[in-house]
Amino acid sequence: MRNLLKNRHLSGWLLAAPLSAVLLLFLVLPIVMIVVVSFWGATEFSIYPAFLFDNYAFLFGSPVTYSVFFNTFKYAAITWVFTLGIGFTVAYFLAFHVRTLTWQIALFLLCTIPFWTSNIIRMISWIPFLGRNGLANSTLISWGVIDEPVEWLLFSDFSVILAFVHLYTLFMVVPIFNTMMRIDRSLIEAAYDNGASGLQTLTNVIIPLTKPGIMIGSIFVVTLVMGDFITVRFMSGSQSANVGRLISNDIALLQYPSAAATAVVLLATVLLIIAVLLRFVDIRKEL
Amino acid sequence: MKDFPPKLSRRSVLKGAAATVTAAGASTLGAPMIWAQNIKDVTLRQFGTGVSNLNEVAARVKEDLGFTLEMTALDSDAVTQRAATQPDSFDIADIEYWICKKVWPTGNLQAMDVNKIKNYDKIVGIFRDGKLTPESTIAQGTAPHSVGFVDGVDGKEFVAEESGWMTLIPTIYNADTLGIRPDLIGREINTWAELLNPEFAGKASILDISSIGIMDAAMVCEAMGEIAYGDKGNMTKEEIDKTMAIFTEAKKAGQFRAFWKTFDESVNLMASGEVVIQSMWSPAITAVRSQGIPCVYQPLKEGYRSWGGGIGLSKSLSGLELDAAYEYINWYLDGWVGGFLMRQGYYSAVPETSKNHMSEDEWGFWFEGKPAQGDITNPFGKVMEKAGAVRDGGSFYDRMGAVACWNAVMDENQHMVRKWNEFIAA
Repeated sequence: MRNLLKNRHLSGWLLAAPLSAVLLLFLVLPIVMIVVVSFWGATEFSIYPAFLFDNYAFLFGSPVTYSVFFNTFKYAAITWVFTLGIGFTVAYFLAFHVRTLTWQIALFLLCTIPFWTSNIIRMISWIPFLGRNGLANSTLISWGVIDEPVEWLLFSDFSVILAFVHLYTLFMVVPIFNTMMRIDRSLIEAAYDNGASGLQTLTNVIIPLTKPGIMIGSIFVVTLVMGDFITVRFMSGSQSANVGRLISNDIALLQYPSAAATAVVLLATVLLIIAVLLRFVDIRKEL
Repeated sequence: MKDFPPKLSRRSVLKGAAATVTAAGASTLGAPMIWAQNIKDVTLRQFGTGVSNLNEVAARVKEDLGFTLEMTALDSDAVTQRAATQPDSFDIADIEYWICKKVWPTGNLQAMDVNKIKNYDKIVGIFRDGKLTPESTIAQGTAPHSVGFVDGVDGKEFVAEESGWMTLIPTIYNADTLGIRPDLIGREINTWAELLNPEFAGKASILDISSIGIMDAAMVCEAMGEIAYGDKGNMTKEEIDKTMAIFTEAKKAGQFRAFWKTFDESVNLMASGEVVIQSMWSPAITAVRSQGIPCVYQPLKEGYRSWGGGIGLSKSLSGLELDAAYEYINWYLDGWVGGFLMRQGYYSAVPETSKNHMSEDEWGFWFEGKPAQGDITNPFGKVMEKAGAVRDGGSFYDRMGAVACWNAVMDENQHMVRKWNEFIAA
């Protein structure tokens, strides 16, 4: 009996070992390295091991850091609002208005079609569309809506957020749709039978039950936007900066320790946000 | 390899390889035969900026020299990064002289013995004593000759005189200025100061590569009469702060449409009409013009900002690979590549050998600044200019003689980079 228990114990460990090893090697170790390097020193072309707080001191002492972090939060918040609004609506339509499973699947697949091309291409294709002599401006002029081309369509915060929303809405749709599909339809029937209006059903039944999906979608969108650098670079015409660009600039200039320090601060910030989000919903319980 | 008969040039062996091998057999020319066969197995890995890392060059190397040249094109920052941090990832580094100043101290490159460079004596003076003609004055910035020589194969310090040990063999260079869209501007542009002229608000651009962008910015500030620099190629902290303050103010006022980092971005900005005046590189102008869109590489009264590139050898190259690399360098300076590059608007380090690979009309147009007699085509056969056209800026001596400043790395580089980042984030 004792032997069996022991064996069970052992087999449990063994079963968990491969995944733990992979995570340790490819997740924990790299992060530890980043943290370690963030305390190192750098010359123009090399880095040397040390235990310095210079990188952090410079980071927290520079007004650029604060404005760039503010910018990053701004992009994340605005993108979140729009992706949530659009994502929830699309998922709601798919889950509750489309009656047959075939159509649900067909329409859902339709949503994923843009994902057959690369992220970068979907983003860059906005540039000729929004440009000064682009499709949007020439159409608006031919309709007589505007006389002069609108400049803020491209290389502005507008175009950055537009691209983000376009790129990441599906990350909201999928988890929300998934949780909505698992809502017991009899609960909605019951709400109607008890005299709830459509809006009341939505706010009191559907939204609370969809929370885990919303949370998962939010985590996707927020982390993707906060970690991005290429969308901001292309869509703002390099005129705006977010934390990702700060890191990529540092790397380009061989300032790895400073890049690592920025990455550590960004990682801490994102983890903090996720921790706060998880306070609202116990995803584990809901799943 | 050591048994190799010294009098036999490797080139001649290669050319007659098949014949000699069969005729002479292994007895007398044993070593060359082994070499001739081995060289086909040699692969040299070259990386550099897109300007000179062309597949046509690699194809021609295979044809003329027999070995394989692998090309990787990267942007300036990535080039610096790789040269400094990954010495084992390349055999030949095709870098700019200012990058060399930054990278040489890492010891990742080895100096080259000029005795093995056949056309060394014909290399333009800019890369040797710094002077284009004996009367020329040397421009500000990291002039190529100042980082062109070290005191030995393992030399770490740059030396002023022609020591016989070269850091980089110059490949291409050019004089840069502002590109404009004459059709959208409609008047004459003759000074760098026009970049910040409010007339072009929302239609100007500058490149977002700090070490080059700061130079263009300095040319502009000096032309505006706002700042008098001691040396634009080596600014003081105050000069950097003042320069960036002027540009930050202009950015906040909406002067710039965008910043560009890669060649393609600059072409698209100009061709789409998003931008009408910007810092630009010569082949980008050509690319815009070949779309049928008017674009001029405008000579300006303050002069040009110039740059030069060269190939350096990885310190890990030795033996057969090193021989192949020297062979490649000699081939590079032999004229075919020079002609190929000059027909795109660059200059080659040894113009007189390039002349043999260009028609008289091409030579007249690109080098001497003469009106074209017939259609001028680029190396890919596309018509660039019609008969009667004259190159922007004129002849080689007019253009390279009017260089105000070379691309540079400053002593206050770190400060400059931080200020530049603030400017981008502002």
